[in-house]
Amino acid sequence: MQWETVIGLEIHAQLATRSKIFSASSTQFGAEVNSQANAVDLGMPGVLPVLNIEAVHMAIKFALATNAEIGKRSVFARKNYFYPDLPKGYQISQMALPIVGQGTVEVTLDDGVVKTVGLTRAHLEEDAGKSVHDLFHGQTGVDLNRAGTPLLEIVSEPDMRSAREAVAYARKIHSIVRYIDICDGNMQEGSFRCDANVSVRPVGTETLGTRAEIKNVNSFRFLERAINFEVERQIDVLESGGTVVQETRLYDADNDETRSMRSKEEANDYRYFPDPDLLPVVVEDSLIEELSQSMPELPEARCGRFVSEFQLSEYDAGVLTADRATADYFESVLATSGASAKLVSSWIGGELFSRLNKDGLELPESPVTADRFSGLMSRIHDNTISGKIAKQILDHMWGSDADVDAIIDREGLRQISDSSEIEKMIDDVIEANPSQLAEYRQGKEKLLAYFVGQVMKASRGKANPGQLNEMLREKLKG
Amino acid sequence: MAVDAKIVAQVAHLARVEIDDASVAGFATEMTNVLDLAGQMDEVDTSQVEPMAHPLHAVQRLRPDVVTESDQREAFQSQAPAVDGGYYLVPQVIE
Repeated sequence: MQWETVIGLEIHAQLATRSKIFSASSTQFGAEVNSQANAVDLGMPGVLPVLNIEAVHMAIKFALATNAEIGKRSVFARKNYFYPDLPKGYQISQMALPIVGQGTVEVTLDDGVVKTVGLTRAHLEEDAGKSVHDLFHGQTGVDLNRAGTPLLEIVSEPDMRSAREAVAYARKIHSIVRYIDICDGNMQEGSFRCDANVSVRPVGTETLGTRAEIKNVNSFRFLERAINFEVERQIDVLESGGTVVQETRLYDADNDETRSMRSKEEANDYRYFPDPDLLPVVVEDSLIEELSQSMPELPEARCGRFVSEFQLSEYDAGVLTADRATADYFESVLATSGASAKLVSSWIGGELFSRLNKDGLELPESPVTADRFSGLMSRIHDNTISGKIAKQILDHMWGSDADVDAIIDREGLRQISDSSEIEKMIDDVIEANPSQLAEYRQGKEKLLAYFVGQVMKASRGKANPGQLNEMLREKLKG
Repeated sequence: MAVDAKIVAQVAHLARVEIDDASVAGFATEMTNVLDLAGQMDEVDTSQVEPMAHPLHAVQRLRPDVVTESDQREAFQSQAPAVDGGYYLVPQVIE
């Protein structure tokens, strides 16, 4: 039988507020255990939650970025369950009236096809603390620093049909939340977490199959692998006559498999009810207007502008605008270096990215800032150095704070554009290779490359390649 | 709505409350009575009433995003039954 995969994602984006959603404790990552858990976060008797205005603004910005309905009147609800890292015995979340309603995002797939994925809703809620199971013998340690950190839970429609599509969608949401600066997107630190609802059904049928929810996926690569594993598993179960059980499964990256975590049969027993401690949140039109004025240019718009304004290809513009940091870096370099968009684009996409990848760094952590990179592009642009030398210089810059000109001077890498100097080198090479010269003049023109190579070598790579080529052709003619 | 022994057991489980078999019937009756009391409201025509999440006609006030809390871990942990290395300790939870 042919099977069709159906995937919906629930993404928890940690909002980049300074303080928690309902208390004035810090949300800073990596603090000393329980040093950022105050009476509200601990669920002490008699305390009251007070909502953080910035969390509300961030949720509205997300709605504006995804053409979503804004809940003008949203309500917080208690989701009741017991777990040690949830001291109140309930999580404050939103149920019937979320702050963000239906929306859409456009996702560009590998083959360039643009797919529209529906957003069901996005709601504000508080994060739980962290349980540590392996530090104490026979006991679990609880760190409540994370308890009360604001989350935006972004729920998609079951619109994805493959792991690749699910990853493309998740990347798009990741890009959006970073563009509008509401989440740092750090997956390792848990600031951006994806849960995938996965089911399969016979091709051509409409009814959804029973789904399993995969949790604990902390990279896009693992998300793809976890979904692929889960799809295979469900097909195996169904084809051998079994039934898929609705449950939560944990992805185990070490063994590349998903494992049953706990039965979700009680899933409908969270007994949500409106939280009496919090009044309805009302969003005025004036606030929406104010926030929409402050919205940055979003990825699609920026990509379109890069194509029309800088004559970049769709592909290059897409790479540069996939995240805001890259697009900002590109525009900063372009504005200050005087170099062409095409040159800057290919250097960022090529040499810069490959060095970042090699060192496992993100662009904001690049040892070469936009300012210094701009200096390098200027020197290629004004012919002080060739592209080949520029790569060497970039290596030097990677390991030091020196700027381009200092390195060029120190290493003696200035490009030789003095024609008399190049001519002298050409003459020397021609004189030293009489037999090759003869062959060339008899029509073996591919020897040109040999001569170019010899002169370049003599100049230690510094000869201006354009000039060298032109002069060499002339000389070889005789 | 009549609450039976099965529902009492389920609610007790969800609330992590231990009740002995002898008191189940009593709870079932009491819970049924509470639901019946609330059920009387179903007889009122509310078709013209906006659903409300809160009895007050007020809206949530918001606080600025500023950190004003300092670390009071020592004070909080002095009341906890078991702590170690800054962690609150609880009986082992195994997934």
